[in-house]
Amino acid sequence: MTTNTLSTDTLPSKTSRNKRSGSSRWWLYVVLTLGFIAVITPFVWMILGSFKSQGELLRSPPTWLPESPTLNNYRQLFDKASFGRYFANSILVAVAVTAGNLLFCSMVGYALAKMNFRGKKLVFTLVMGTLLIPGMVTFVPLFVLVANLGLVDSYPGLILPFLVGPFGVFLMRQFIIGLPDELLDAARVDGASELRIFRQIILPLCGPGLATLGILTFLGSWNNFLWPLVVAQTQEHYTLPVALALFSTGQNVTNYGLLLAGATVVVVPIVIVFLIFQRRFSEGIATTGIK
Amino acid sequence: MLALPFLLLFTVFTAWPVISSLYMSFTDIKSRDLRSPFNVSFVGFENYARVFADETFRKSALNTAYFVVVAVPLTLGIALAAALALDKGITRFRTLFRVGYFTPVVTSIVAVAVVWRFLLQPDSGLVNTVLGWVGINGPDWLGSTTWSMPSLIVMASWRNFGTAMIIFLAGLQSVPVMLHEAAAIDGASSWQQFRHITVPLLRPTLLFVSITTGVGYLQFFEEPFVMTQGGPLDSTISISMFTYHQFGFGNYGFAAATSYVLFVIIVALTAVQFRLFRSNT
Repeated sequence: MTTNTLSTDTLPSKTSRNKRSGSSRWWLYVVLTLGFIAVITPFVWMILGSFKSQGELLRSPPTWLPESPTLNNYRQLFDKASFGRYFANSILVAVAVTAGNLLFCSMVGYALAKMNFRGKKLVFTLVMGTLLIPGMVTFVPLFVLVANLGLVDSYPGLILPFLVGPFGVFLMRQFIIGLPDELLDAARVDGASELRIFRQIILPLCGPGLATLGILTFLGSWNNFLWPLVVAQTQEHYTLPVALALFSTGQNVTNYGLLLAGATVVVVPIVIVFLIFQRRFSEGIATTGIK
Repeated sequence: MLALPFLLLFTVFTAWPVISSLYMSFTDIKSRDLRSPFNVSFVGFENYARVFADETFRKSALNTAYFVVVAVPLTLGIALAAALALDKGITRFRTLFRVGYFTPVVTSIVAVAVVWRFLLQPDSGLVNTVLGWVGINGPDWLGSTTWSMPSLIVMASWRNFGTAMIIFLAGLQSVPVMLHEAAAIDGASSWQQFRHITVPLLRPTLLFVSITTGVGYLQFFEEPFVMTQGGPLDSTISISMFTYHQFGFGNYGFAAATSYVLFVIIVALTAVQFRLFRSNT
C-alpha cells in the first residue's frame, strides 16, 4: 500500500484499514494464482496431449501425464502432413514482412518526422486514416488485384500486401521525432545526403523503435490467418495457421493427437520469442495505447 | 526520395483496395469475371438490398452483436481487475503474473481454438471434468445452440484480456500516487478512490481500449471457423464468416458489400463510444 509511509499513530482509523488490506492481499494472491492456472493450463494440456496416443486422449476421465509418451503425433505431422514445409513458409513470410516493415516504415517515418516536402500532411493523414480499416474490408478487392497480377498462390502474393503498414509508420515517426535535430543539422551542413543521414545517423539511433516494430510485425505475420487462407491455394504455400485450421476442419477433424502436436508447433516458438523479449512486447503495446 | 517505395506499396496494396472495395460493392463482379473485366456491370444498391434481405446475414449480424456486447465488457472487466490487482494489490510475483496473463495474446487464435475445441469436448474434455468435480454435469458446449456462443466469448476473453491489462497498467502508472494519499487522509474508502480518482483519470485509456477491443471483436472469424464452422444451426456464424463464404462462392461484389456494411458498423460504433465517454465526463 502506498500509504505505509504515513505514521499510523496520528491516524487511528488507518490501522484497521491496513489490517484489512493485509488480509485482502492474501486473498488477492489466491485469486491471481487461480487466474494464472486458468490462463496457463490450456497450454500445458496441449503440450502434454501432443505426446499421448489417440486412445488415451479420448479416455474419460482424462489423464494428466501421458501414460506411454509417444512421438508418433510429431512424426506423422512432419512426415505425412509436411508441417516442416509450412513451418518454413511461415518463417519465410514473417521474416520478409518484418524486414520490409523495418526498412520502409523507418524510411517514411524519417521523412514524415524530420523532412519538409509538399503533401507531407496529406500522406500522414492518409496513412493514419487506414489505421482503423480492418483487413476484412479490403481482402476481396485485394484478392482481385493479386489475381490480376498473377500472384495467387505464390510467395509474393503472401508477402507484398503486408510489406508496409500504417502502424509501423506511426510507430517509427513517433520514435524519430524524439531524436535531436542538431545531429541532422550538423550532417546537413557537412553536405551529407538525406539517404546517408538516414543510413548513418537515424538508423543506428532507432534500435529500440525498430526492435519493438520488428517483434510486433513478426508476431502479427506469424499468426496472420485470413489472407494466407485466401491466397495460398495449394499445400505448397500454406503457412502454419492455415495448415492447422484446414487440418482441424478437414479429414483430421478427430485426430486430436495430431492437432495438438500441430498447435504446439504453432504456439511454442512464438511463446519462446515472447518470453525472451517480453519487456519490448509490453512496451510496444503500452506506447501505442497511450499515444 | 525516402518515402517513395513506401508510397508505392501503400497505394497499391492498401489505399487502392479500400476504394475499389466500395466500387465493387456496387457491381455484380463474380470470380469468373477476373479474366473478363468488361462483363462487370454496375448494379447500384442491389447488393446492399440483398444483404439486408438475407436471412443468414441477419443471423450473423445478430451473432456478431451478441459476441461484441458480451465479450467486450467481459474482457475489459477481467483486464481492469487484473491490472488493479497487479498495480496496487500485490508486491511480489508481479512480473510472473503479468507475463503469464499476457502469454495467450501472442498465440495464434487458430491454435488456441484447436486446443479449446478439445478442452470443451462433452465427455473427455477438461472443462467438463473439472465441472464434474463440483457436481455439475457440463453440456456439449460447442454442439449446443445455447452454449456455443458463450464458449467462443469465454475463449476470446481468455485470449485477449492481456492486451487490455497491459494498457491499463500503463494508464494506472500515470495516476499520481499523491491523489490516492490525499484521498486516504480524507477518509475515502478504496472503492471511493477507485470510483472518483482512478476511473476519471483512466477514462482516455478506457475509451481507447474499448474501441480497439470492439473493432477487433466485430471481425471475429478464426474462432467460429475452427471451433464450430458457424454452427450448430448458424448459432455462431459471424459477419466475417458470412463475407468469407460469399467470397468462396465467387460472389465478389456481394461479399464486398457485406464487408462495407461491417466497416460502417465499425465506424459507427467507434463514434458512439467516443460520444459515450465524452458525455459522461
